[in-house]
Amino acid sequence: MSQRSAPEPAGGTFSPDGVLVSGLTLSIGGTMILDGVDLEVPPGQVTGLAGESGSGKTMTGMAICGLQPHNSAVGGSIRFAGRELVGMAEREINRLRGAEIAMIFQDPSAGLHPMISIQGQLTDHLRYHRGVSRSQARERAIELLEQVRVPDPAGALKRYPHQFSGGQLQRISIAAALACGPKVLIADEPTTALDVTVQAGVLRLLRDLCDDLGLAIILVTHDLGVMSAVADTVAVMRNGKVVENGRRYDVIRNPQHPYTKALIEALPDHQGPSDHKEARS
Amino acid sequence: MTDGLVLDRASVTYRQSLGHSLTAVDGVSLQIGSGEVVGLVGESGCGKSTLARAVCGLERLSAGSVSFDGAPVGRLGLRKREQSLLRIQMIFQNPYASLNPRRRIGQQIEDARKINPGDAPRVAELLAQVEIEPSAVNRFPHEFSGGQRQRIAIARAVASGPDLLIGDEPIASLDASLQARVATLLRDVAVRAGASLLFISHDLAIVRLIATRVLVMRSGRIIEEGPTERIWNDPQQPYTKRLLKAIPVADGLGRLPEIDELVD
Repeated sequence: MSQRSAPEPAGGTFSPDGVLVSGLTLSIGGTMILDGVDLEVPPGQVTGLAGESGSGKTMTGMAICGLQPHNSAVGGSIRFAGRELVGMAEREINRLRGAEIAMIFQDPSAGLHPMISIQGQLTDHLRYHRGVSRSQARERAIELLEQVRVPDPAGALKRYPHQFSGGQLQRISIAAALACGPKVLIADEPTTALDVTVQAGVLRLLRDLCDDLGLAIILVTHDLGVMSAVADTVAVMRNGKVVENGRRYDVIRNPQHPYTKALIEALPDHQGPSDHKEARS
Repeated sequence: MTDGLVLDRASVTYRQSLGHSLTAVDGVSLQIGSGEVVGLVGESGCGKSTLARAVCGLERLSAGSVSFDGAPVGRLGLRKREQSLLRIQMIFQNPYASLNPRRRIGQQIEDARKINPGDAPRVAELLAQVEIEPSAVNRFPHEFSGGQRQRIAIARAVASGPDLLIGDEPIASLDASLQARVATLLRDVAVRAGASLLFISHDLAIVRLIATRVLVMRSGRIIEEGPTERIWNDPQQPYTKRLLKAIPVADGLGRLPEIDELVD
């Protein structure tokens, strides 16, 4: 069932700190989930993956992280740091995952372990991957919590996930993802479970981290409003394929594919009220 | 059948550990007339879900009263609830949890039809209203997507012939492209059935699409209320302004939503 037809990596000039996905396929029990996905994820940019549930956007993110389901067959190519991730041995992927390529999920309360203190969640993988001492790891954890703007970082380290709100938890899981200094961050619907006001803060944080640290961020979301706020480029997925890909403004303002047009037309109010728009600009 | 739903200074207080207590709903008074579509918005933790639960008797009031068409709504106990109160129906956020996974769609809608005081529409008609094919009656909830399940839950609520539908974040678990569609469908189905609708959401953009009147809730209180367009275009309270500003607009300009710190 494995269809490993690794095509030559396109563009030798592509930055090694980014991810280059070409012709990525993924099938489970004969069902095609990803059907030849091409995607460029350059550093210092937010690459948006849009589409409805079942379009394959989450599975693309998972495959880049090597987290595809066990019974799936992956083909095509994912290039990162001069290496090919498709078909890489589990031991090697383990060295990259969490260290070079990190991921945050939709539900922060499910992404964090309920019975491990925040300190543990921020330092365990750091010590494993980077081999730093306990006290160094703790210092780094405090620095991370400051970076994601969690109040009272030293106090927060002693606490447990249930003692934080959803927005704070998502900030903490972003901190955990950043602990080892990854080059790539995959954010799968990071603000879908949050209130709009909290969402605004998390989106700002992601944008700042991308700009300050030069992270290559893959933002998976079905919310085109969120996409429009932070993504630099938007790839629209449907039935396991990228049907449209381009700069944010072009894709949202001047969609070419009928599916993208339909998605944008389905939005309740994609222009916003006039005075409300003026108030922001 | 005159005054619809009336809340008079209703409060709900939760007891917490160490003798603390939390007033989730704090003296809320409101009225929803028959056939009205009202939106209730606010951030998580503002008490909007507790309010919805109090309206259908799932929470005990610590003060004030809730009545529906003149009949007081008491706390739902283990006994069968009064016939007159069966006309308040709730649609929950998570259709995966609100439909019984072990019973067929047809049976679940039949159950609701049985408590309809008048002539309930046929199951096929109900399914047609929510754009689900009639063959669904013999299938189980797991065979449907989230959006379809939520539409089935709507059909089931309508089957009982409700006078008041309460949707507690009924679209929050759906895709953005589906949210507007399901919300509009819910409004249309409610209006056609002659029921009023209390639509709870944190998303003002969706509420704006279907509600004629909006209530904005914060820390257990209704802090602003008015016709939808007025609230949207000319919000008075800083809290409402902040909620509106935080909505990301799909304009392709890459503007991050603003977050003003709220000064109390």
